[in-house]
Amino acid sequence: MKDHDPRGIPHTTPRQSATFTQDANSDIRRAAATGIYDIRGGGAKRKVPSFDDLLFLGASISRYPLEGYREKCETKVTLGTRHAKNPMELDIPITIAGMSFGALSGPAKEALGRGANAAGTSTTTGDGGMTPEERGHSSKLVYQYLPSRYGMNPDDLRKADAIEIVVGQGAKPGGGGMLLGQKISDRVAEMRNLPKGIDQRSSCRHPDWTGPDDLEIKILELREITGWKVPIYVKVAGARPYFDTTLAVKAGADVVVLDGMQGGTAATQDVFIEHVGQPTLACIRPAVKALQDLGMHREVQLVISGGIRSGADVAKAMALGADAVAIGTAALIALGDNDPKWEKEYNELGTTAGAYDDWHEGLDPAGITTQDPDLMSRFDPVEGGRRLKNYLKVLTLEAQTIARACGKNHMHNLEPEDLVALTMEAAAMAQVPLAGTDWYPGKPGTSY
Amino acid sequence: MQTFDLEAQGLRELNATLHAQATDTNQTVWDIVNPKGSHAIAVGLDAPIEVNVKGSTGYYCAGMNKQATVHVHGSAGPGVAENMMSGTVIVEGDASQYAGATGHGGTLIIKGNASSRCGISMKGIDIIVHGNIGHMSAFMAQSGNIVVCGDAGDALGDSCYEARFFVRGSVKSLGADCIEKEMRPEHIELLTELLERGGCDAKPEEFKRYGSARQLYNFDVDNAAAY
Ligand SMILES: Cc1cc2nc3c(=O)[nH]c(=O)nc-3n(C[C@H](O)[C@H](O)[C@H](O)COP(=O)(O)O)c2cc1C
Repeated sequence: MKDHDPRGIPHTTPRQSATFTQDANSDIRRAAATGIYDIRGGGAKRKVPSFDDLLFLGASISRYPLEGYREKCETKVTLGTRHAKNPMELDIPITIAGMSFGALSGPAKEALGRGANAAGTSTTTGDGGMTPEERGHSSKLVYQYLPSRYGMNPDDLRKADAIEIVVGQGAKPGGGGMLLGQKISDRVAEMRNLPKGIDQRSSCRHPDWTGPDDLEIKILELREITGWKVPIYVKVAGARPYFDTTLAVKAGADVVVLDGMQGGTAATQDVFIEHVGQPTLACIRPAVKALQDLGMHREVQLVISGGIRSGADVAKAMALGADAVAIGTAALIALGDNDPKWEKEYNELGTTAGAYDDWHEGLDPAGITTQDPDLMSRFDPVEGGRRLKNYLKVLTLEAQTIARACGKNHMHNLEPEDLVALTMEAAAMAQVPLAGTDWYPGKPGTSY
Repeated sequence: MQTFDLEAQGLRELNATLHAQATDTNQTVWDIVNPKGSHAIAVGLDAPIEVNVKGSTGYYCAGMNKQATVHVHGSAGPGVAENMMSGTVIVEGDASQYAGATGHGGTLIIKGNASSRCGISMKGIDIIVHGNIGHMSAFMAQSGNIVVCGDAGDALGDSCYEARFFVRGSVKSLGADCIEKEMRPEHIELLTELLERGGCDAKPEEFKRYGSARQLYNFDVDNAAAY
C-alpha cells in the first residue's frame, strides 16, 4: 500500500464489511471450491439470547437463604412417574444426552457411562444402537428409538432403563443425520447393517409413524413390548415447544426432552445448525405452559438441553420450570474434547482448540469423536469417567449454591420469581422482569 | 391349543401371556379371537410359538417379532412385523403402510397387496407379497429381499443400499439410485427359495431384479441433485 496519494488525498482506513465478514467470505470460497455445503459437529455458534442473560436475585429481607454447607438442598429427581412401573431415579438433575456410538468411540461411550454412574445419573445411547461398553458401565441407560433404527432390536430395548423416542434434535429440527464414510468402521458398519466406508444418512422422520395419533400407538407398542415397566421419553427439537409438548403428552409420553438450537450434533449442515430452531431459552416457558395447561407440570417431567455449561445454567433451566437438564457438548469437553493440550494437532487440521468441530471426519486428536484405533487409544475411559464425574459434581454443587442462596431446600423449588433478565429479549423469552423493573415484554395486563 | 378372547381379556393380558411363553412353552399354539383391528397385537414375542389372529389387526401387529409365527387371518394395519428379527408373519389379506419396516430378519408373507413404504429401511428381512406394493416401497432399504408377484408403485427402492427387489409385474418408477439389475443364476436360486417359502405360484424367470446403483454411497458433487 502506498503511504501517500500523489495528490495528497488522505486514505480511508481499509474497512471490512459487516455483511460480507471474513467468516461469510470464507464460507463462499469453501462452497465455490467444493460444491457441497459445510457439515460439522457441535451446536449453533452464533450468539443468541441465553441463560447468560438471566440473573438470580438471591435472598433478601423477604426471602431468607439456607446455610451453604449445613442445610440440605435436595437434588434427587424421578423421571417417568406417569405410567412406568420403574421410573428413572436420579441423584442429580443432570443427565447425559444421547450421543451415538459411531460419532463417539466405544471408550468415550464407556467413559460417559462411568462418569454418569459415579455421579448417580443416566446416560443415553444414540443413533447406532446400544454398545456393551455403555450398557456395562451405565446402570441407568436410556435407549434411543430413532428414525434410522440403526442397531435397534428388541433385546436391547428390553435391557433399557428408559426409552427415548427421538422426534427431533435442537441442532437440526426436521433434519436427519450423516456419518461420513471415514467413520464407518467394521464395527459401526455391522451394528448399522451397512456397507463399510459409505456415507451413511439417517432419516429425518420415523419410518413407521407420522403425526401425534400414530405416535400414541407407537408408544403403546413400545410399552407392550417392555411390559409397561420403563418410562418413555419423547425428545423434540426447540421448534414449536408449546404444541410439541402438548402433543407428546397427549401421545402418552412420560417425559418430554426439549433440545434448543444451541444443542450439539455429531454432524449436520452448518446452515441447519445456525438457522433452524429456537434458542433454548425461548423454548422453556412455552413447554412449561403447555404442561401447566394440561395439568401435567411435574407429572410429565421436562428435561431441557442445548448449551448447558454450568451449575448456573442448570439452576436457571430449573427455575424456569424444567425438572432436569441434559448435557452433550459439555460432557465431551469434560472428557477432553477440544483440550488446548492438542493445540499443535488442531493447528495441523486447520483449526484451534475450542473451535474444532469436524467431528464427522474422524480425526479427533483427543480420541473421542473417532473410530480410528490409534487416536482412540489416546483416550483413557477410566480417567475420562473420573473427569466427567468431577464435572457433574461441580455442576450440582454450583446449582445447589444458587438454590440455597435463593432459600430453596430442593432444586425444584427454584422458580421464575428468583430471576431477572439483563436484556429485553431474554426478559421476553424467559418471561421474567427486565432487571430493575417489574415488567417484561408480553407481560399479561401490560400493553406491550 | 389355547384360545384368547382379546375383546374380553384385553391387550395387556394378551401380550403378557404370550411373553410368558418364552420361559414356559407348554402351549405352543394360540388362537386370538375378536382382534377387531386392535393395535400392538402379539408384539415383542420371543419364543417359537404359533399365534393365529382370527380377524384383522390395527397398527404394529407382530412388531419386533423373534422366533414366533404369527398368522393374521384378515388384513393388517400399518407397520405389521415392523423391526422383525426372526420368525414368520403371514397376512392372509392386505397390509397397510410400512409393512416389515426396518425388519432385521425373518419372513413376512402378504397374500394380498401391501400399501406404500413396504420394507422401508429394511435391514435383512425377507418380504414376499403375492399382490402389488405401493409407492416409496423399500425406501433406504439396507439389506434383505422383497418379492412382488404383482406390480410396484412409484419410486421403488429410493436411496436403497444392498437390499434386493424382485418384481414380476410393472414398476411404475424407480427411486433415486435404484436400477434394474441382471438376474444371475444365484438370484434365480435365491428367488426360487423365496417363492417357495412364500407359497407363491410363480416362476422365478418371470421376475426382474432391482437394486442399488451404488452411486450415492459416497457424496459426489455431480450427483447432488439426486440427494
Ligand atoms: C457428538 C454428538 C452426538 C450426538 N448424537 C445424537 C444422537 O445420536 N441422537 C440424539 O438424539 N441426539 C444426539 N446428539 C444431541 C444430544 O443428544 C443433545 O441434544 C445435545 O448435545 C444437547 O446440547 P449440548 O451439546 O449443548 O449439551 C448428539 C450430540 C453430540 C454432541
